[in-house]
Amino acid sequence: MSLHIVVCIKPVPDPDHYDRVTIAPDTKRIVREGIPTVINAVDKCALEKALQLRAQYGGKVTVITMSLPSADTNLREALAMGADEGILLTDRAFAGADTLATSYTLAKAISQLGDADLVMLGAESADGATGQVPSQLGEWLKMPHLWNVFSIEDVEEKKYRIKTKYENGYKEWEGTLPLVLGVSRELAKPRHIGAMGIIKAKNKPITVLGKNDICGIEDEYIGLSGSPTQAGEIRTPEMGRSGHKLEGTTEEIGIQILEKIRAGGITI
Amino acid sequence: MKKIWVYAEEVQGEISKVTLELLSKAKELAKAFSHEVEIGAVLLTKGIGEMTETLEAYGAEVVYAGEDDRLEAYCHTTYAPVLARLIKKEDPDIFLFGATQIGSELAPTVAAIVKTGVAAHCVDLRIGDDGLLISEVPAFGGKIIGEILIPKCRPQMASIKPGTFIATESCVKCSVVKKIDLTGLEDADKRLIPLKTCVTKSEAKPIDEAEIVIAGGYGLCCSENWSRLQELAELLGGAAGSTRPCLDEGWADNEQTMIGTSGKSIRPKVYMGFGISGATHHICGMKDSGLVISINKDKNANIFGVSDYYAVSDVNEILPILIDLVRSSKATAAEKGEKECH
Ligand SMILES: Cc1cc2nc3c(=O)[nH]c(=O)nc-3n(C[C@H](O)[C@H](O)[C@H](O)COP(=O)(O)OP(=O)(O)OC[C@H]3O[C@@H](n4cnc5c(N)ncnc54)[C@H](O)[C@@H]3O)c2cc1C
Repeated sequence: MSLHIVVCIKPVPDPDHYDRVTIAPDTKRIVREGIPTVINAVDKCALEKALQLRAQYGGKVTVITMSLPSADTNLREALAMGADEGILLTDRAFAGADTLATSYTLAKAISQLGDADLVMLGAESADGATGQVPSQLGEWLKMPHLWNVFSIEDVEEKKYRIKTKYENGYKEWEGTLPLVLGVSRELAKPRHIGAMGIIKAKNKPITVLGKNDICGIEDEYIGLSGSPTQAGEIRTPEMGRSGHKLEGTTEEIGIQILEKIRAGGITI
Repeated sequence: MKKIWVYAEEVQGEISKVTLELLSKAKELAKAFSHEVEIGAVLLTKGIGEMTETLEAYGAEVVYAGEDDRLEAYCHTTYAPVLARLIKKEDPDIFLFGATQIGSELAPTVAAIVKTGVAAHCVDLRIGDDGLLISEVPAFGGKIIGEILIPKCRPQMASIKPGTFIATESCVKCSVVKKIDLTGLEDADKRLIPLKTCVTKSEAKPIDEAEIVIAGGYGLCCSENWSRLQELAELLGGAAGSTRPCLDEGWADNEQTMIGTSGKSIRPKVYMGFGISGATHHICGMKDSGLVISINKDKNANIFGVSDYYAVSDVNEILPILIDLVRSSKATAAEKGEKECH
């Protein structure tokens, strides 16, 4: 048996720097200057698991992203981790896509590959964090899908026992390929990239596709105009508080804390 | 008539709390319209039991009920097509889902079938002047809040994290139960089969129900301090909460303790943070707490800016002292109580 696994990755502003994200007072646009763009961390967990499955069954791992032309760098990183091929979907017509339009575009490109057995991606992205792309991708591809997958075990050829997160526990499923899996961080720890990986990645193919390169794609479902949701105003939430400093010895601070807790309505 | 619907999620034979929170919010949204609005709850289950009464008590005027053995275990392959057909038939204007594990999968799945939008993980909802639903969603770990509108497609869908709104009972006229047409259920995709659901009953008080939450971060440095934190929480009759690194380190072993964008949103009377830096992802989940007290050894810690009181201190020193203080304070109170009895 051999598997063709497609892993969707998303370049996002590095979440370690989200406290630096602001809104420009004049243009009312989000300012994320100086924040590096990285592969959405949990997408790498999906890729890691895909590489492990490839090692087990043989086959091929294709990474795909819908992004700006600069995402070439992120795809190259995924290839350095071990993916075989990259696909970059980039076109002005794709811009402004919400989850429905994004998943449609990805689905069209994945369908064009023709032979995907398993599609994997992070359950959510660090920036938008809607967590909706995996399920919607499954619907467009007409493949069953699962969200927040943290364990995948094989039962027999093309049949898997899969666990997804659930409040205070988990759910267990039996899924037959093809499937779309939105995975959580616990699924697999991404490997480190070695020098060999980086060298090999240089010769791996990245295909760039625009709207006209994707068969049967319909304008009414892509980009801003194909997105049912529209963004309205944005703001930074007011979270600041007065911040009184408690001083004294640790013991004295402790006593003051107890007073504050009582004042806050807790009986001790 | 405009219809505002809430997806009624069942948890072990009962209606989940978030469903009731959303019904309460739906009632509030309905007030924005001058004409009559139907508040509907949509329930798919093996057996309705007394769930209709619960939904009614929280304001559902119509309960759309789909009852069938094949709906015993949730699976989107059975649930989503049923909901999509119901939407096509009834044309609701707004459809709200709890952003639970199930809701977070089911809402976008249904939306992809009926081709509409979902505002995910909303922190607030309101009706605009033009009658459109305005959903506020967090982005960049909660640093930015953006409005989402769904002007053309119906229903306008949204998912909302548990604990965002407050559930209030409301006396309504008896609700009407409408049976959902389940034809087509037999054609469900058989490639995905739900096997089982495992739920561990935790002894600890849930952080979203406690009046006081004692939260610990990476600055706790070791599992001993996590145990101390739990002890302090217990002494105070509250719950121990955590940041993500505490789980990653394995100090905290229950994901339900995590506070923040990927965890729970809490609003206790008192929140205390020990060794927490104050990353946006965490703050987003505790900012609505009554009183916020934080302890960090770094005098420039971000969390101080979102605290009512803070102390620059080492958790290794302050935690044992606080435990002693609370213990002796409780002992004195108990003594006093005894004296008064005699
Ligand atoms: C997509 C995404 C989602 C996330 N979701 C969440 C979420 O829901 N919840 C969440 O919490 N995090 C979440 N995170 C992680 C988040 O970004 C932060 O990394 C995390 O909140 C930091 O936790 P912390 O404050 O415990 O650790 P750190 O940031 O490492 O802070 C530790 C603090 O402890 C202090 N300290 C150290 N030693 C001591 C001592 N002895 N005494 C006193 N103070 C001490 C330090 O000064 C420091 O301020 C998410 C991240 C991403 C990318």
